[in-house]
Amino acid sequence: MKIDWFTVIAQVINFIILVWLLKRFLYKPILNALDAREKKINDQLADAENKKAEAKFERDEFIRKNENFDADKQQLMEEAVTETKAERERLLKEARNDADALKKKQLATLKELQNNLIEEFEQNVQREVFSVSKKVLADIASINLEEQAVNNFIEQLSALKETERNQFIQSFKSGENHVLVQSAFNLAPALQHKIEIAIDNLLGTATAFDFKVKPDLIAGIEITANGYKLAWSISEYLDSLIKNVDETESEKLKSITKKESNAKS
Amino acid sequence: MKLSPDETIFWEHGFINLNLTIATTWAIMLVLAVASWMITKNLKKDLQISRWQSLLEIIVIAISNQIEEIGITQPRKYIGFIGTLFLYIATANLFIIFPWYQAPTGSISTTTALAVCVFLAIPFFGIAEKGIKDYLKSYVQPTIIMLPFNLISEISRTLALAIRLFGNIMSGGIIVAILLSVAPLLFPIIMNALGLLTGMVQAYIFSILATVYIAAAVKNTKSMKT
Repeated sequence: MKIDWFTVIAQVINFIILVWLLKRFLYKPILNALDAREKKINDQLADAENKKAEAKFERDEFIRKNENFDADKQQLMEEAVTETKAERERLLKEARNDADALKKKQLATLKELQNNLIEEFEQNVQREVFSVSKKVLADIASINLEEQAVNNFIEQLSALKETERNQFIQSFKSGENHVLVQSAFNLAPALQHKIEIAIDNLLGTATAFDFKVKPDLIAGIEITANGYKLAWSISEYLDSLIKNVDETESEKLKSITKKESNAKS
Repeated sequence: MKLSPDETIFWEHGFINLNLTIATTWAIMLVLAVASWMITKNLKKDLQISRWQSLLEIIVIAISNQIEEIGITQPRKYIGFIGTLFLYIATANLFIIFPWYQAPTGSISTTTALAVCVFLAIPFFGIAEKGIKDYLKSYVQPTIIMLPFNLISEISRTLALAIRLFGNIMSGGIIVAILLSVAPLLFPIIMNALGLLTGMVQAYIFSILATVYIAAAVKNTKSMKT
């Protein structure tokens, strides 16, 4: 039961060696591993926290963007509706204008058609009247229409008012002694002579005559001397007839347009 | 009957001798070092670790926490010394479960050696922490009259450390030996189990007391006052 001092010294040395060994192989690696793991866990926690914050930020950003998108969508929809309304109004107005223009054009065309018809009708009537008159005159008076027209013309010449006659004479005298006689038909030499005598009587002098055919005159005769003109034709008698026909046609046209507008409304 | 493993001598040359105490200590050192090396050579720093590593971590953390509880703020500085004291004594006492084993802690030479280590470690850590002047000043606290008493307490507590461990372990061994001769069946097993418990408690007491002494030496006078 005594202390063996060599053993004591040996055990002290052994103990110091053991301290070094355990420090080297036990405490240091274990504590380092613990630190590393702790650091790793802390890093992961921090990372998770960061990711959470990031996710929150992303979510907020997404919500904000979504709200903006909704607002933009709403605005665009409103704009689109407004634009569509405006476009609709514009198109309707354009369509109305087009319809009006078309209507006007249609009216113009109708009017032109009416005018053409009237013109044609007028000419037909004139021709008919001419032929009817010619035939009636020929049947009734046993003389042809030309002769009657010439006689009528000569009557008118002699029935000229004083002032008119003077004007004619003066204008005749102021230029060349030449009279142009135009008629709708070829005048027979007897009739030509008759006219020559009548004019010569009117002017009181022998004159040079020039006879020409002008179908437009329709059973009429026209004399021209230095720009002064004297004329007679059936046209005058037809005027009243044309006027009546014209009025009748206008009435008809009016009733047609009235009916159309009623049907539209 | 040999009361101490010192008495079993394998080889002797004058002052130098190789006895059972030294041989057993070497064996324990080998077991501890190799086991540590085996487990820590493949340490993992991941979140998933092996069971052996987990066991070692538990032991190291437990020792570290214990040191911290005594009042040492930086347990890592002292874990090498205090932890080894505990592990060595605990292992030495644990191996009594093996038949014909004689614990080296049952030798007064070993316990003296450990007590001497503690005795030397106290001024070593104290001076390292506070400087030689502040450390020496602690012997004349609160007055210079206390100097002899402080010195006596220093020596007596070291002596007490050595005797306490030796007495407990040796007595356990002797009781088992005596019981073996009186009642060779069952009783020695119970006493051995009791000896195992005593051995663990003694390992704990020895390291805790060493920690308390070191803590007292390294504690700041300022912090002590507060």
